[in-house]
Amino acid sequence: MSAVVELKNLKKYFDVKEGQLHAVDDITMSFEEGTTMGVVGESGCGKSTLARTIIHLYEPTSGQIIYKGRDVTHVSRKDLPKLRQEMQIIFQDPYMTLNPRYTVEDTLKEPLILSGKYEPASLDKQLSKIMDMVGISGRLRMAYPHELSGGRRQRVGIGRALAMNPKFIVCDEPVSALDVSIQAQIINLLQDLQKEYGLTYMFVTHDMSVVRHISHNISVMYLGQLVETSPTKDLFKIALHPYSKALLSAIPSVDIDRPRKKIALKGELVSPINPKPGCRFAPRCPYACEACSKPQILRELLPNHYIACCRAEELNREALAANQENVNGILLK
Amino acid sequence: MEQTCVYQKGEDLLKVEDLSIEYTSSKKIVHATNHVLFALRRGESMALVGESGCGKSTIAKAILRILPDYGARITGGKILFDGEDLVTIPEKEMDKIRGKRISMVFQDPMTALNPVKKIVTQVSGVIRLHHPGMSRKESVQETIRMLGSVGINPNRINDYPYQFSGGMQQRVVIAIGLACNPELLLADEPTTALDVTIQSQVLDMMMDLIHERNTAMLLITHNFGIVAETCDYVGVVYGGEIVEYGTKREVLKSPAHPYTMGLLDAIPDVAKDSDRLQPIPGIMPEPSNLPAGCKFHTRCKYATEVCMSGDVPVVGLGGQHICQCHRIKEIQAERKREEEVEKP
Repeated sequence: MSAVVELKNLKKYFDVKEGQLHAVDDITMSFEEGTTMGVVGESGCGKSTLARTIIHLYEPTSGQIIYKGRDVTHVSRKDLPKLRQEMQIIFQDPYMTLNPRYTVEDTLKEPLILSGKYEPASLDKQLSKIMDMVGISGRLRMAYPHELSGGRRQRVGIGRALAMNPKFIVCDEPVSALDVSIQAQIINLLQDLQKEYGLTYMFVTHDMSVVRHISHNISVMYLGQLVETSPTKDLFKIALHPYSKALLSAIPSVDIDRPRKKIALKGELVSPINPKPGCRFAPRCPYACEACSKPQILRELLPNHYIACCRAEELNREALAANQENVNGILLK
Repeated sequence: MEQTCVYQKGEDLLKVEDLSIEYTSSKKIVHATNHVLFALRRGESMALVGESGCGKSTIAKAILRILPDYGARITGGKILFDGEDLVTIPEKEMDKIRGKRISMVFQDPMTALNPVKKIVTQVSGVIRLHHPGMSRKESVQETIRMLGSVGINPNRINDYPYQFSGGMQQRVVIAIGLACNPELLLADEPTTALDVTIQSQVLDMMMDLIHERNTAMLLITHNFGIVAETCDYVGVVYGGEIVEYGTKREVLKSPAHPYTMGLLDAIPDVAKDSDRLQPIPGIMPEPSNLPAGCKFHTRCKYATEVCMSGDVPVVGLGGQHICQCHRIKEIQAERKREEEVEKP
């Protein structure tokens, strides 16, 4: 397996009246081919900004975006359309992101026409292929977005993203606006498409049950920084960072016989404008100490399980003892 | 602000009897709710669960009498609130109830807040409206307390809605809804726009307040996880009808209606690894063109001919549990067989 997209120390700052807003701060991440990386965190933690920076809707402040071994951080205007064919995005609200005056056909044909790859004759064939792929029946070709249900609109959004056979797709909360029964349809569709075309997803969401279901790896973000990243199974087995623990404990469970132990987080996100060095979660963290005011470095505590917390060993002594072999493995490296 | 009244728990507060509402346009009639029947006692909470377009918000709007003047019509039934029929009482009386004794938390904070007014003005406005003697200073203090309890820093009270994120805006809306200590809170997807950690904070806060003051709550949601954590009773709504009702244990642990089962199967369980989700096939039928017989039969895999016409019986299943379905027993037997096939 190889990485389709790699991020190296990616930063995106916005200039605001009061100074600089650190929306994405020093993120290093890699997206393996054919897998799904779930990115979770609260609203305002920078996960959408990260998504948009990767596909060049924002210009990164510094750092590198590497696509298939090629540095595309500062891709030229001329090359951008080519890159966009390979990297696409599915937005959260399909109603806001579809042109209300375009029919389904117009929306799905536009990228095909712009690419210049299709003869007028083969356009129609390609169009019906895309509609089949995402499960929109042919009779809806001339329908406008307002005539479609939420689930169908999202299918059009997915179809538009897939029109040019991209390799890497950013899904920015693609199901959070949908009803549960429809949500399941769309998630299944995304998984089927991934298997069939070997797609790589970055799946941005705040719904932990969806992310557990769809992701292979999970990254937890807090105020622009990565605090924990690991394979999905490991994170749900032992979340090491206090924030991840709180996040997991906050999910309401359907099972009324298994009441969850809630870790109540006090307060809310502090401002990401001109943040102080040190752990940004510290003001809300029940375990914060003096050492937390120093910058936290992401380090590998268990195999493939990275965490940015200086007290991780102390707080997870028992869990780590159970994984002693693994821990030793890391230390020997 | 001193709390003035504490209510007796268990006393009947809201009774919705045989309520039917339709929306009319020049082209079609939409039967938004049909013969809805439920009761809510003081201090209890009930959830209405269902997909968008099933009529659950319409029920809440009818209780608060904020259905649109033109087009919407209550075609039958009563809404008894503390003995008074909200369908027929004069508007002047309703003004005293709305916002004070019954208040509502809306789904979309962007449209619920006034974009050109500071949030302090919007929250204290509600408080002052229903407490005529209160000074401006007191109302601002109360606003700060209210906003604090939903997690908004006092130094932000002079900000405008656009300066808040969607989640923060929703907290302001919740603060407005709770500001007058209502007897009945109608919460229309109050935490759908919030993050999980904040959602859990807000739900805890809402539940604390409800238990403290014996406030009744009608929660409209599509999240069964939230239902499991908060409410006492659940009504599952489909096509404008309550198809299943019971305590949350009865409904979540032993669902009887195939729609309820479908909804529960469609959610990925955060506590388990799962391979594939089981969506409910098809989409909700247009409310202007509901099928005859059981409204769910077009999407129900257990449907037979008997489901396609006529009235569907409401069957009692012991306890408070009732379900509107022809084939409850057969479906349970079939589910059992399916599970046995899957197991080995």
